[in-house]
Amino acid sequence: MSMKGMSKSFVGIKVLKDVDFDVRQGEVHALLGENGAGKSTLIKMLAGLYKPDTGTIVVDGEEQKFASTSDATSAGIATVYQELLLFPELTVAENVFLGNYPRKAGGWIDWATVRARTRDLLDQLDSHDLDVDTKVLNLSVAQRQRVEIAKALSKNARILIMDEPTASLVESDVQRLMEVVTQLRDRGVGIVYVSHRMPEIFALADRVTVLRDGTHVGTRDIGDVDEQQLVSMMVGRSIESLFPKADAEIGETVLEVRNLNHGRHVRDISFSLRRGEILGIAGLVGSGRTELALTLFGMTPATSGEIVLEGEPVHIASPRQARDLGIAYVPEDRGLQGLVKPMAIRKNVSMAIIEKLSSGIFIRADAEAKITRDAIERFGIRSRNIDQAVGELSGGNQQKVVIAKWLATNPKVLILDEPTRGVDVGAKAEIHSIMGELVKQGVAIIMISSELPEVLGMSDRVLVMNSGEVTDVIDRSKASPERVGAAMTAHRLEETA
Amino acid sequence: MMSEAVAQPARRLRRQNFAQRLFAEYGQELVVLAAIAVLFVVVTLVNPRFVNPNNLVTIFSGNAYIAVAAIGMAMVIMTGNIDVSVGALIGVLATIAGTLAVSGYPIWVALVAPMFVGMAINAVIGVLVAYARIPAIVVTLGALSILRGGLISVTGGTWITDLPPDFLIAQKRFLSVPVPLLFMIVLTVLAFLWMRYTAFGRSIYAIGGNREAAVATGIPVERRLVTVFAIHGAFAGIAAILFATQLQVIQSTVPPNLELTIITATVIGGVSILGGSGTVIGSTLATILFATIGSALIFVNVSAYWLRAVIGLLILATVLADMWRRHGRNGAAA
Repeated sequence: MSMKGMSKSFVGIKVLKDVDFDVRQGEVHALLGENGAGKSTLIKMLAGLYKPDTGTIVVDGEEQKFASTSDATSAGIATVYQELLLFPELTVAENVFLGNYPRKAGGWIDWATVRARTRDLLDQLDSHDLDVDTKVLNLSVAQRQRVEIAKALSKNARILIMDEPTASLVESDVQRLMEVVTQLRDRGVGIVYVSHRMPEIFALADRVTVLRDGTHVGTRDIGDVDEQQLVSMMVGRSIESLFPKADAEIGETVLEVRNLNHGRHVRDISFSLRRGEILGIAGLVGSGRTELALTLFGMTPATSGEIVLEGEPVHIASPRQARDLGIAYVPEDRGLQGLVKPMAIRKNVSMAIIEKLSSGIFIRADAEAKITRDAIERFGIRSRNIDQAVGELSGGNQQKVVIAKWLATNPKVLILDEPTRGVDVGAKAEIHSIMGELVKQGVAIIMISSELPEVLGMSDRVLVMNSGEVTDVIDRSKASPERVGAAMTAHRLEETA
Repeated sequence: MMSEAVAQPARRLRRQNFAQRLFAEYGQELVVLAAIAVLFVVVTLVNPRFVNPNNLVTIFSGNAYIAVAAIGMAMVIMTGNIDVSVGALIGVLATIAGTLAVSGYPIWVALVAPMFVGMAINAVIGVLVAYARIPAIVVTLGALSILRGGLISVTGGTWITDLPPDFLIAQKRFLSVPVPLLFMIVLTVLAFLWMRYTAFGRSIYAIGGNREAAVATGIPVERRLVTVFAIHGAFAGIAAILFATQLQVIQSTVPPNLELTIITATVIGGVSILGGSGTVIGSTLATILFATIGSALIFVNVSAYWLRAVIGLLILATVLADMWRRHGRNGAAA
């Protein structure tokens, strides 16, 4: 399969300029680029979702014009999107063959074949544990992803596009997915692998293509490049270090949590946090990390236990109280809880302090504009102006707006839930350096992250959770991937380390 | 290392000129305004009697109560909710006002009571929506039945006559401006300023744009929703007075589909049916547009039945435009 001279414009803005790309049988070709570089546009053209303005797609020597996704499917191209497109109320088997059911005479669906072939496809993916009759809503993200892959294979896909397949997977599932990808490659499937994560790319890819601002920067054999080179190809400048842990002075205790409980996911949690400290929280999905943050922030108020803020016992029953006490929470899902996307940057940045920004009953527009301009400059938010809708910004810049909104409240404790999920390498480094700057000013940070290198690289201490309980608290000097990994699946810590 | 990243956006940060900002923020309002202007020019060319001052006063004054009710409706819709009971509420409040006026209460009591009753009734609706989390469409459909049924049962469909002349404020003029017109303009401007320049107004847009995010930012969403419904009830009370005092009698009914007309004016004026955007200026302009279309059809001798069809087309066009704009703002393309 090859694509030549692909271009595409949206409302007059060229998002892809004359890009060439190809995949051979039995290879993994990684596609890299910052958010907004044009990766999604390119793969959507390959999947038949977008029509290219110029350029040709050739599959097996034949030129193709995809008018729809089904044209692409019949040419042997299948896509596993980042947000999985399964029907939760249907079973695994029903999902896999949806729209493509084998028929018996008279047009009746041949359920026996559907189930048998689904079983077969899942076995090929080493997913013997997946029941074909379970409803998809009962499956984990990783399992759903395997169902999607099985669905792609059911259509005899020879080219499989995977759009950030590991973005929402935990470490152990990533390993398993990589094995599946390797197997598919060995069976001759050509794989287009879009990802931000360098270790995966080096482990899986045969070749790598980098896009930047809609142009093709280069295609290399994986053996010819190292991580630094790829990063500088992507961002057009070099990143000095991926995790610039700034040394901040660690001060007195700001927050003390004792025997905190809420439901099944926050069980008897105790820890303390000091000024200038970054406390990393590691754990598998479902270990209670986010639930702990929501309890501290008053979204799901604690049912028992104590929260002591700067020596004062406090009761936090709502996000409003938490905010006014100096606790800020940058949520895991910025689209859901962080931003009002159709609203201007200005209005999002000022949202948490809007009452303080008012004199009399009216908002002071000049003060609001100034705070926003300062934030745009300080955090490097790439935007047209302060009145641009936040929804138009790229993921990394949206994340910076959420952080700016909360920093406007001058928090004592900043909780960051997956602060760099789905943002590109450049923005990630910027967010990390913002964190460094904040702890220097004495802010205490709680950082929840699924990315182990990030937790180890940024934290002064690492708190590990499993099943709603703290299983280990590790100092930076003693934190190793092995110890954190072991604690993620361990049982509760009996004495505090 | 931050500095390189920072220098670039700072340079690209530019201020839009006035016209660009105006159109970006008030696109729909300007479109409606242009439509009114075009309509006026065309109809006047066909029939010059259209711009006769008497006709204009009739057009605007007679529909001002719809615009006033649409202000409250706009606020409710901006929060991502809806109220289909407002037509029935206006009927009930008009009857209450009339009954008080003919029962010997002071005129000012009859004029002010509907506002407070409207606030109280809608505050209950607001509590059910905000705290009991029942969808607004369900609560207000229920309210619609209760209010409409209650009104007919209590009045038995009789008209209220012999209204005291002082009560009929919709027929009066203040500084030679008809009172309904005055109410429409002053309330629209005040509500607009309040929505645009106060923390309360901002929180309404935030709740409609993304309720979850509003909660997570510390906006007291439930309290705000109850307040918005109550304010909407107060506007319904004022609208009821303007409606009730137009004629010498109060019928125990309101024009059919009054609530739909009010909702439609709001939506065509640029308030997104999904919440989070629009202004009350838009809803008032759209009310004027409807009134103009209705009157224009008569002046160019087209059956008034076409009014509904024309408005229907306008609704579809507006909703399409809204979806298109939303698509762009939410950044569909990566």
